Amino acid sequence: MGIELQNITKKFAEYTALDNISLNVDSGDLIALLGPSGCGKTTLLRIIAGLELPDSGKIILENKDTTNLPPRKKNVGFVFQHYALFRRLNVFDNVAFGLNVLPRGERPPRKEIRDRVEHLLKLVQMEWALKRYPSQLSGGQRQRVALARALAVNPKVLLLDEPFSALDAKVRQELRRWLRKLHDEIHVTSIFVTHDQEEALELADRIVVINKGKIEQQGTPQEVYDHPANAFVYNFLGNVNVFHGRIRNGKVSLGTHHVDAPDELKHTEEKPSQAFVRPHEIGISKIQSSGSDLVGTIQEVRLLGGQIGLNLECEGFDNPIDAEIPRELYVNLQLAKGDKVFVSLNRVKVFTGDYAI
Amino acid sequence: MHPPKRTPGNPAPKTLSDPKPVQIVLIGLTFLFFTGFIFLPLSLVFSQAFQKGWEFYLECIREPYAVEAVKLTLLTVSVVVPLNAFFGLAAAWAITKFNFRGKAALKTLLDLPFAVSPVVAGLIFVLLVGSRTPFGSWLGEHGIKIIFSTPGIIIATLFVTFPFVARELIPLMEAQGRDEEEAALTLGAKGWQIFAKITLPNIKWGLLYGMILCSARSIGEFGAVSVVSGHIRGQTNTIPLHVEILYSEYNFTASFAVASLLVFLALITIVLKSAMEHQFKKTA
Repeated sequence: MGIELQNITKKFAEYTALDNISLNVDSGDLIALLGPSGCGKTTLLRIIAGLELPDSGKIILENKDTTNLPPRKKNVGFVFQHYALFRRLNVFDNVAFGLNVLPRGERPPRKEIRDRVEHLLKLVQMEWALKRYPSQLSGGQRQRVALARALAVNPKVLLLDEPFSALDAKVRQELRRWLRKLHDEIHVTSIFVTHDQEEALELADRIVVINKGKIEQQGTPQEVYDHPANAFVYNFLGNVNVFHGRIRNGKVSLGTHHVDAPDELKHTEEKPSQAFVRPHEIGISKIQSSGSDLVGTIQEVRLLGGQIGLNLECEGFDNPIDAEIPRELYVNLQLAKGDKVFVSLNRVKVFTGDYAI
Repeated sequence: MHPPKRTPGNPAPKTLSDPKPVQIVLIGLTFLFFTGFIFLPLSLVFSQAFQKGWEFYLECIREPYAVEAVKLTLLTVSVVVPLNAFFGLAAAWAITKFNFRGKAALKTLLDLPFAVSPVVAGLIFVLLVGSRTPFGSWLGEHGIKIIFSTPGIIIATLFVTFPFVARELIPLMEAQGRDEEEAALTLGAKGWQIFAKITLPNIKWGLLYGMILCSARSIGEFGAVSVVSGHIRGQTNTIPLHVEILYSEYNFTASFAVASLLVFLALITIVLKSAMEHQFKKTA
């Protein structure tokens, strides 16, 4: 087992940042801790690194209890959101730092340090920048140097705290793919923290969704996306339309409209429910295809890259519905603002309970 | 997006600058003030100092009491500045890197020596360790004399100049945050390695800048030192006190000659300070 967290709890004054968190990470996996800001995910990462101490619980890295070890003895690589490169040291000295501070007996000879640093910088494609200072590099370049620096000490575990969130969208996507590729090459057990569901879905072997200091769900990206455990997870993983209604006699009410309740809720007693539909799981047509179609008017048309976003006002619904359709379909149907269309809800996810958005 | 930086080569756009007459008046006023309050007094010091010629000037500053005063001042500076650099660094470190009870109070009290009149500062120490106080007489019995001797002068100067280094470092260290230290920590560095390799290089120019301000003030401090020194010629007279004694004895030329030494020391500090500022900005 790469990382084992047992019942970690952490409070800041009255505020509970982490509430009895237990988590296992297999060796060599890349895990995403996903959650809204303030959910405790960064605190958890800092606790694993030893930069914070938990109030209770155990941290076991590679089968060794490291709960009470100081950070420098944990052998953990940490990549910070804002890079935290040493501004007075050049790229080479930044990466070599972890080796240069080793006690004389354990420190590799100079030549070996040089080779290792050069190898790592080649790995992160920064070998051309040996003599540069951090202030002379772009954000993406700095973060790659920071990664090489963290890897230089051969960490048992690599921890990345929102590593791409300070970068612009294009660079972020590039680095994301690159990190996935790098991880496939070096296979060090890694945890990265993010609030960006796309990043988590694209990059991670497994996703751990955290909210208010508790784990809501964990699983592969596919599992979490297709079978969200609760309304929070569903809502957090992408854009949604929410319909508040009631579940009664195997039917769920959405406005004046009804759909069949999912099997597991077929025989439940009457209670409030929320139904969720993702914008891209809404069908738009000019011809009525079934009796259950809604009738809507296009209020607004937005260009979203390859997709077109439609804002629809539907008969019997108080709130407008957001739909996303391929651009091609939009052109073929010759849609325009003010048009009447038939709207089908292709995939409705229903949750009961008191979760509120 | 950041607005483009305004450097000498990239002056404010025409539409944003003030009308010509306003500029002329403001610049004129600045020069007038500068001439009346800085340039004139300075040149007066030198013209008075050299009134009786070079030889008399040299005689005045080579006179044994003057030499002793210079020695005492330099001794005071060389003790006070390193100590206050150390205390200031410790205080700035504590305030910016840790959270503890009473931190806000400590930060406020740090400015006390600036707010309190130096005379009061001197009196505090007379009341604390003067020969008529229990603690002072106890010290006296053990042969330790603080008031009316060099330790008193050093302690009073320490008090008055304490805030300079800390005040210089706190905003700097706050802006730099703890990220780099934490990174070093996760990379396996020990406390002293982090200090020597990361923290100190990051604050070095700010620290030197604070030390220069601290020495300038130590050299020129009059009020607090005056109260605790006892004005014993050749023993407890610093340069400013010596200037004052000569002046009250109507020995104007000698007084100004010694005062010109203070001016020279001040000029050296200003040059060092601006050189330092230049470095500071370049590497900040």
